[in-house]
Amino acid sequence: MTESIVVQDVSKRFTMQYTRTIKEMSIAALRRQPLKDTFLAVNDVSFTAHQGESIGLMGLNGSGKSTLLKLISGVMKPDTGKVLTRGRIAGLIAAGAGFHHQLTGRENVFLNAAILGMSEAETKRKFDQIVDFADVGKFLDTPVGHYSSGMSARLGFAVAAFAESDIFLADEVLAVGDRPFKKKCMARMQEIKAEGRTLFYVSHSPGSVRKMCDRALVLEKGVLAFDGPVAEGIRFLKYDTDNEDDETIADDEIGADI
Amino acid sequence: MTTQVADPGRVPDAPLVAPGDNGGLHNVFRQRYLLRLLVRKELQARYQGSVLGLLWSYVLPLVRFLAYFLVIGFIFNMTRGMTNFAIHIFTGLVMVHYFTETFSSGTRSIVKNKGLVRKMSLPREMFPVAAMLVSAYHTIPQLVILVVGVALTGWSPEPLDFAAGLLGFSIIAVFGMGLALIFSAANVFFKDFQNIVQTFTIFVTWSVPMIYPYDRIADLFEGTWVEQAYLANPIANGVILFQQLFWVPTVGPDAEYPAVMPDHLFTRGLIVLAACLVLLAVAQWIFTRLEGKFAERL
Ligand SMILES: Nc1ncnc2c1ncn2[C@@H]1O[C@H](COP(=O)(O)OP(=O)(O)OP(=O)(O)O)[C@@H](O)[C@H]1O
Ligand SMILES: [Mg+2]
Repeated sequence: MTESIVVQDVSKRFTMQYTRTIKEMSIAALRRQPLKDTFLAVNDVSFTAHQGESIGLMGLNGSGKSTLLKLISGVMKPDTGKVLTRGRIAGLIAAGAGFHHQLTGRENVFLNAAILGMSEAETKRKFDQIVDFADVGKFLDTPVGHYSSGMSARLGFAVAAFAESDIFLADEVLAVGDRPFKKKCMARMQEIKAEGRTLFYVSHSPGSVRKMCDRALVLEKGVLAFDGPVAEGIRFLKYDTDNEDDETIADDEIGADI
Repeated sequence: MTTQVADPGRVPDAPLVAPGDNGGLHNVFRQRYLLRLLVRKELQARYQGSVLGLLWSYVLPLVRFLAYFLVIGFIFNMTRGMTNFAIHIFTGLVMVHYFTETFSSGTRSIVKNKGLVRKMSLPREMFPVAAMLVSAYHTIPQLVILVVGVALTGWSPEPLDFAAGLLGFSIIAVFGMGLALIFSAANVFFKDFQNIVQTFTIFVTWSVPMIYPYDRIADLFEGTWVEQAYLANPIANGVILFQQLFWVPTVGPDAEYPAVMPDHLFTRGLIVLAACLVLLAVAQWIFTRLEGKFAERL
């Protein structure tokens, strides 16, 4: 088995800056107000994912899921410990792609694809597939700034989902999509999984994690509190026991993120 | 733990590496297609929503040129006592404008692209480099105007003058790039830096022989440390070397007021270029150290 993602004793501490200019800083210093505070968002997390595994990452709001994904994608660097990955990484982090608001959807597709390592020819070849999937219609040639949040998430997901990658990160993809689109996303992620890519899926919906993943990680205030089979992970989260109805809703509405 | 057996065709033959470890200027030029897209995007975005669009980047230097030419040339009477003063100004202005544009748009580049910086992993040096290339692109029409201007006044450069012009341009590009790298990173942490840049660019206008000839500096400070300090300024060097290509050949040796240039033009230019390259290396080092916190501080 090939290791795909290795996370070793990783911690990430954020500095919450209360002041943004040198002037504000001096005033705060004079008044003896705190200049900053720190916050441990990811606390000594270790795990290894193998190529082709699909992992569901769960936890309450603010537990550090998106932060962990940013560390894996390389957008952020860990303070201590190390993150190693093998191959190309694509995905959607913290609802919404890295889009440029002044550019049109079409231009953003090319830009995003280039950042994900696709050549011009490769992007052209896959362009129709991407546009079909995102289905934003005539808005393709208007600036992304005028898109609804659902539309920009669709386009972002479509680019990432059709990019050539070995690791696919999906954070809150289903949070803003409508029901038909959620179905389409789930189907596409099943395909990605079947292609043998490593899938890292963040969701608040136990139902969709159960469908999609064969391993669950649960973060609690930045600490990796659970690592194991999906059913146990969901039980660990106590999503099941809270309310019978919750479970039925969750299974019905695939990916009904809270 | 049920682990699906990976499709053997899918197992990447890449090594395990730290993700996002793709920074550095050398990686920027390895991803030329992405750089080209970013430059094109910058060109579109800089004047989006304005009627005159790209023309604005010529209006500003033109207005500055006219102001200097009329005020300094006629009110301060600089046209008397100097040959082809207009070309002297314009040559300097092309370089000064290139420098200030690179510096100021480069400084703002990371913050302006925070949508991408926060979400995607790419060499972040891309943004200041793209700003520098866009500024260079905008100097092309100015150069065309300059060439037409000097051709009309009788321009007969030697081959060595072209080397001087190229050296001057390189000094400005490398110096501007180095400062843009440092300031773009610093600007993520404190927005004060983009204002510091504005102040700095005003100062640049007076620190180079553009609206006054080098003659004046030589008269006042010949052989003193002040002259050496003046000539240590990379922008002054870039301007002087550029004038060696465009202004000096139009003046000619028999002119009533011959062109006065500092000695050791090339030696000094090469030393300054080397110093700017060292600055660029230091800038890259600083940028790499600060870059790790960009995503969380934007
Ligand atoms: N750039 C930042 N600066 C300071 N604090 C941050 C920053 N980014 C995240 N945090 C803090 O880190 C914690 C974890 O955030 P994160 O986005 O990883 O949570 P999450 O598990 O993805 O939550 P959600 O389920 O709401 O998406 C939060 O308390 C957040 O306030
Ligand atoms: Mg999140």
